[in-house]
Amino acid sequence: MIIVLVEANADGLTLFSREALTFARALGDRAGHAVQAVVFDEPTDAIRQQLGEQGVALAHHPDDPRLSDYAGASWAAAAVDVVRSSAAEIVLASGTPRGNEILAHIAARLDVRMAANVVQVESTDPLVVTRQVVGGAALEDMRLDDPIAVLSVAGHACDPQAASVAMTTEVATVSPTLDERDLVTRVMQVEQTQAEDTSALTGARVVVGAGRGAGGAEGFTDLLELTELLGGALGVSRVVTSLGWRPHSEQVGQTGSRIAPDLYIPCGISGAIQHWAGCQSAKTILAINTDPEAPMVTRAHYAVIGDLHEVVPAINKELRSRRTG
Amino acid sequence: MTNVLVCIKRVPDVSGEVLLTEDGMSVDARHVGFTVSPHEECAVELATQVADATGGSATVLTLGPSDGVEQLRSALAVGCSSGVLVEADTDRFGPADVAAAIADVVRAREAAGDSVDLVLLGNDAADTGDFQVPVRLAYALDRPVLTNISSCEVDADRVIARGDGPDGTEIFEVPLPAVVAVLEGGVTPRYPSITGRMKAKKAPIDIQTPTVEPRGSGRVRLRVPPPRSGTVEVLGQGADAAPAVVDLLVKIGVVSA
Repeated sequence: MIIVLVEANADGLTLFSREALTFARALGDRAGHAVQAVVFDEPTDAIRQQLGEQGVALAHHPDDPRLSDYAGASWAAAAVDVVRSSAAEIVLASGTPRGNEILAHIAARLDVRMAANVVQVESTDPLVVTRQVVGGAALEDMRLDDPIAVLSVAGHACDPQAASVAMTTEVATVSPTLDERDLVTRVMQVEQTQAEDTSALTGARVVVGAGRGAGGAEGFTDLLELTELLGGALGVSRVVTSLGWRPHSEQVGQTGSRIAPDLYIPCGISGAIQHWAGCQSAKTILAINTDPEAPMVTRAHYAVIGDLHEVVPAINKELRSRRTG
Repeated sequence: MTNVLVCIKRVPDVSGEVLLTEDGMSVDARHVGFTVSPHEECAVELATQVADATGGSATVLTLGPSDGVEQLRSALAVGCSSGVLVEADTDRFGPADVAAAIADVVRAREAAGDSVDLVLLGNDAADTGDFQVPVRLAYALDRPVLTNISSCEVDADRVIARGDGPDGTEIFEVPLPAVVAVLEGGVTPRYPSITGRMKAKKAPIDIQTPTVEPRGSGRVRLRVPPPRSGTVEVLGQGADAAPAVVDLLVKIGVVSA
């Protein structure tokens, strides 16, 4: 049995959770395990349908008002109840901030190893997984041979795909055993006003990237126009946020967001490992850079050699002129 | 008066290609420098801020080779007042082993009458990226733990912490003693001053040997991912390339013809 912890938002399951379900199904097919889910959010019809599309026949829903405010410890306690009662051999979630936090609690509670940011399964007996280390610049094959394997799936390690046979997902409500001590770390308050939503960036089809080549906080006008013309999102390198030119929520990389757009257009980004870690899942990369030897250029599919402040306005002009025909 | 212990890790400062040792078990760092992760730089800054605000102390700890003194001195130069080096071969230590060794240090200090009220760490190490040492440490010490925290402050016997959640900025209030794992983005690490560097040279560093018998990380081998096949197609130079770029956007399907 594989238990997948899923996350949801107003639209249903998150993209990352659907990826994790697809990853789990492929692992389950190889290892001979069925996949069940744990849903902390209210299991709406939309969530049930998405779970069914992913081939999940049974979803466990820990139902306790004390879980409505997130705490890594209390959600993990509820998940461990499900893991024990269903005799699961593998527990996984997407490697999101919450996913990794809950899994770390589960691994500590079960006193077993945990593999973070797994991208593929090397073998199932014994279970050896491949995971990203050094921000994705290297891979580690890691053995998970404890009675229960705990792993997080790296964002965009696979595309979410529907199962060949859809299921009607049954929801089993469970009453978790919670200790008061697990509730002290619950979220006390959420400030919506300062919310900086990164889901628009992580799920965007087109991302325009900007690095040191932007030149300053005032150097983003053309880049933002290109972003708008393409209906995409702006992503920046670490140096841009460190210098205070753009907010940290726009950072792509090892210590920022992971993106997997159809097209990524890094402009004036040299392509240090820190940044590559967050953008290597892009399907097509078009680099715009003055330096033809920059790592981002040599790793890209397409490149324009030139200053972004000349190239980007020209692209914008060309896009506008073709649009008006 | 809050006594803070902030934990950092000496890691290879790789910015380009990663080289591996011949046995494939470690990153070959002979040709690169060493650093700590951006998360940990922010954790050190927060440790200094909390110590200053409460009249307490900030102690910096690293587990690793003796050369880790270099990273301890960097933290001592920006406000930490003493250092602890737990000398160990990090390749033999998995995240649970590291957590157990740090827990031993905390317990020994407390047994000697030095309270450790707040332990700060980076959310994940820049090299192994395990995402679990802070949580395992908290379980070893039976203390509450927060991860993904951007900023924190201490108010009497509680730590008030903020971090970005799925619905906005989440605020937590947790009783001390506690463990907090920090993400970069909430504070700007300060640069060392000349006096800071002078102090760091003289600051005491307590060198210890861990008593933990490591279980290891489960590492089978490291690999460098294969480079993307194919070469880059240059569409042109400067502004003249714009029509070719838009042709490509149409071909990929992100712009309609």
